[in-house]
Amino acid sequence: MTEPPEPAAASGADAHGELPIDSDVIAAGRSEPRPPHLRAAYIGLVAVGGMLGTALREAISLIVPVVGGFPVAIFGINVLGAFVLGGLLELLALRGPDEGRRRRIRLFAGTGVLGGFTTYSAFATDTAQLLGDGAFAVALLYAFATLIAGALASWGGIVVGMRVGRDRRIRPAAPEQRS
Amino acid sequence: MTPLVFVALAAAGGVGAATRFVVDGAVKARIRGSYPVGTTVINVSGSLLLGLITGLALTHLLADDWRLVLGGGFLGGYTTFSTASFETVRLVQNRRRGAALANGLGMMIASVAAALLGLWLGSLA
Repeated sequence: MTEPPEPAAASGADAHGELPIDSDVIAAGRSEPRPPHLRAAYIGLVAVGGMLGTALREAISLIVPVVGGFPVAIFGINVLGAFVLGGLLELLALRGPDEGRRRRIRLFAGTGVLGGFTTYSAFATDTAQLLGDGAFAVALLYAFATLIAGALASWGGIVVGMRVGRDRRIRPAAPEQRS
Repeated sequence: MTPLVFVALAAAGGVGAATRFVVDGAVKARIRGSYPVGTTVINVSGSLLLGLITGLALTHLLADDWRLVLGGGFLGGYTTFSTASFETVRLVQNRRRGAALANGLGMMIASVAAALLGLWLGSLA
């Protein structure tokens, strides 16, 4: 796929030289014959990971009951998944560029398992149903508890990943990639 | 839930995750810039569809097994909370507070509104 050079007027700041906001943005690079999201092997890795993550989420949802209308299972799953994803992506970024084995791990465990494990549609629909039932207090509690605990968990995961990654780098290892 | 429905639900989750990967990549190939639009598109559209499926199941137009496989499986795997939350924190770390607020609070309000719309549409059917 050859593209003409981008016009200089293209909007948006350039994201070079740092851990991207969006974990898949590196994968959109043009140095490869075919973009990653169209490569069968990568799609397969994400699918198998997503199947495992979804099975785990459903198993937990079947065991953990809803308490007073509050979907405890999905809340816990989303917060836990946010924490683990933060740690995983930070660790992988510290170890080197997103390519080869590191990319396969990210796509299988991050995009696949944790992406399938956590869910936004159940979060939104459960909140919508609570609102529809007039349970405004539970709906607001659920929505904001998920949002805030999720953000804190992602941040905590990144911090833990950074510490673990640094400790491992005491011995000579992968070159530093972060700015 | 029968073992068959559980297996079908998990497999549908795999298909949903693969769909998310492809949709996210396609959105990114078209829209430049570092704001994570793909995740927003995925989560809002997935919430609309789960609302619709839930609404259809409540009015008994959709069998409960299908609600589980398509809703908990496919749409559960398609949408994702962990990536959305990670991207919000990365925006905060880059001091893009407005973008972080839009990605966190904005995505949540849009997704809940989409789910309400889906539930309403499902109840009309």
